[in-house]
Amino acid sequence: MSVLVFVEGYNGEVKKSSLEAASYGSQVAKALGTDAKAVAIGEVKEEALAALGAQGISKVLYDHDDRLHNFVAEAYLKVIAQAAAQESAKVIVFSNTNVGAALGSRLAVRLNGSLATNVTQLPEISGDSFTVTRGVFSGKAFAQVKLTSDVKLIAVKKNTIEILNDAGTTAAVEPFSTGLSDADFAAAPKETVLQETDGVLLQEAEIVVSGGRGLKGPENWHLVEDLAKALGAATACSKPVSDQDWRPHSEHVGQTGITISPNLYIAIGISGAIQHLAGVNSSKVIVVINKDPEAPFFKAADYGIVGDAFEVVPKLIEAAKALDR
Amino acid sequence: MKILVCISNVPDTTSKINFTSDNAAFDKNGVQFVINPWDEYALTRAIELKEEKGGSVSVLNVGEADTEQNIRKALAIGADDAIRVNAHPKDAFFVAQQIAHVAKEGAYDIILMGKESIDYNGFQVHGMVGELLGIPAITPAFKLDMLDDTTARLEKEIEGGKEIVEVKLPFVASAQQPMCEPRIPNMRGIMTARTKPLNVVEPVSTETKTEYTSYSKPEKKGGVRMVDAANAGELITLLRNEAKVL
Ligand SMILES: Cc1cc2nc3c(=O)[nH]c(=O)nc-3n(C[C@H](O)[C@H](O)[C@H](O)COP(=O)(O)OP(=O)(O)OC[C@H]3O[C@@H](n4cnc5c(N)ncnc54)[C@H](O)[C@@H]3O)c2cc1C
Ligand SMILES: Nc1ncnc2c1ncn2[C@@H]1O[C@H](COP(=O)(O)O)[C@@H](O)[C@H]1O
Repeated sequence: MSVLVFVEGYNGEVKKSSLEAASYGSQVAKALGTDAKAVAIGEVKEEALAALGAQGISKVLYDHDDRLHNFVAEAYLKVIAQAAAQESAKVIVFSNTNVGAALGSRLAVRLNGSLATNVTQLPEISGDSFTVTRGVFSGKAFAQVKLTSDVKLIAVKKNTIEILNDAGTTAAVEPFSTGLSDADFAAAPKETVLQETDGVLLQEAEIVVSGGRGLKGPENWHLVEDLAKALGAATACSKPVSDQDWRPHSEHVGQTGITISPNLYIAIGISGAIQHLAGVNSSKVIVVINKDPEAPFFKAADYGIVGDAFEVVPKLIEAAKALDR
Repeated sequence: MKILVCISNVPDTTSKINFTSDNAAFDKNGVQFVINPWDEYALTRAIELKEEKGGSVSVLNVGEADTEQNIRKALAIGADDAIRVNAHPKDAFFVAQQIAHVAKEGAYDIILMGKESIDYNGFQVHGMVGELLGIPAITPAFKLDMLDDTTARLEKEIEGGKEIVEVKLPFVASAQQPMCEPRIPNMRGIMTARTKPLNVVEPVSTETKTEYTSYSKPEKKGGVRMVDAANAGELITLLRNEAKVL
């Protein structure tokens, strides 16, 4: 029996969300008195995989078949299922990304297992009972869920599990090959288009600077972008902003957009409607800048400034630039 | 082309969430239920495809009788008929089994869902249905067009970009914005919805894989600390030294 973690790469590195999944997996393994292994697919640097040792991973099975550079569900599923069989994995951990969750739901059926997505805490294990905590009602509540099948699949919510810092230990990286056939790639994407970003992916970002209708128009977005740049942050926006095409839809956070949980969320000129909060309320620290002292967002904030964004934000940019980073 | 749209019945987006006094169940008291917002994208896009290419749109809900109001709303928006699987949606696997059964029996070409239900936030049912039927599940998609009678072209979101996928019917897809502009029922729709068929069927027997035991709410924030706009730069100092997030 063992625990298997599915690791995703981005630009050759292991995603931070996958480091968190690895940390989760190794802590579960410890509680169960077993080992945590990982499986990685596609283009990830071997050093980055070996560094998973710091998260408590003893061995990484690495399938770098060229055809796996882009996500192809069927092929990825076969690789993970085979790794799970080889390592007799009873618990499979991945991060709650679009890729992770899409694979998890198929894998759960294929392996006849119990699946919990959006998991925010380590499990409570006693005897045969295995209970996880997951976010429900768009961040407004948590639920305790018992996973009743023999095989358990867990998708860990981003930024809820601490990364371990066991520097010095490295994981053994073993090549892993699955003998995939062309049929496994039949539903491969025709084309993959990556956005132009300064390297900070909104879903992975530790800091997010977000703008709302209070910024009046796309021509003022340099305020959001310059502050984000000075802080090494990703940028986001409210729904009306993307609906009016001031910003791309991929930046829209909230109930009907992306859900994020960064360490720091800075909201500029956003009123804080409940549907907006649903996408950002699990951020660790929330800063609200709004000229209206009655804006509902202040109720959910840790820090606030009542003032005109056009006066306040330039001051923040200046102070942020002065930080030694 | 036969399209099946799966809709779930969820608390309105502005609802306050409460639990029963023993924290064992969601307290429905005073809560208004709506069609899951993402499912509205699936429904409207299905109706648009029907208008372009012909065919039919059926809606499906796994739920008890109190969901019929929202099923009727989906009919009023433009679906042709509806099926309610008469069961409490116990967990994602249970629901997926019901949907897969109906989809197979009805030989649907496209099974459309929302990206996730805003109550249980599972992001699970579409993948499970795809797996149970042995067909692709493209999720979450924000663009869906038919290239010809048998092939669809979808754009789906991945972290940091998008993928363009072409698939043969049948397939499962989950919708998110900006797939379309969700429609609202008009008067004529509401009138005709009353006479459209809503078939109630009993569930197929299947197991569940998870058991919800209790609920809790996040801790309340400690209150907001205000910084004077004139000294806005001080915020950055606080974020570094006090909140320790910079
Ligand atoms: C089903 C449904 C789903 C939804 N999903 C989402 C979602 O996913 N995400 C989302 O964001 N919204 C969503 N909404 C919309 C949501 O209800 C709000 O309408 C929206 O979030 C408001 O955006 P906003 O705060 O940018 O604009 P507004 O509400 O117009 O607020 C602008 C704010 O800027 C402030 N302001 C104005 N000028 C200045 C200035 N010079 N300096 C500083 N502050 C200023 C104003 O005081 C105001 O508080 C949804 C709505 C529905 C019904
Ligand atoms: N009880 C249900 N009846 C019909 N469809 C459902 C039900 N629950 C979930 N779905 C569909 O599955 C999608 C994903 O739900 P979930 O996996 O719960 O996040 C939803 O957007 C719906 O389209």
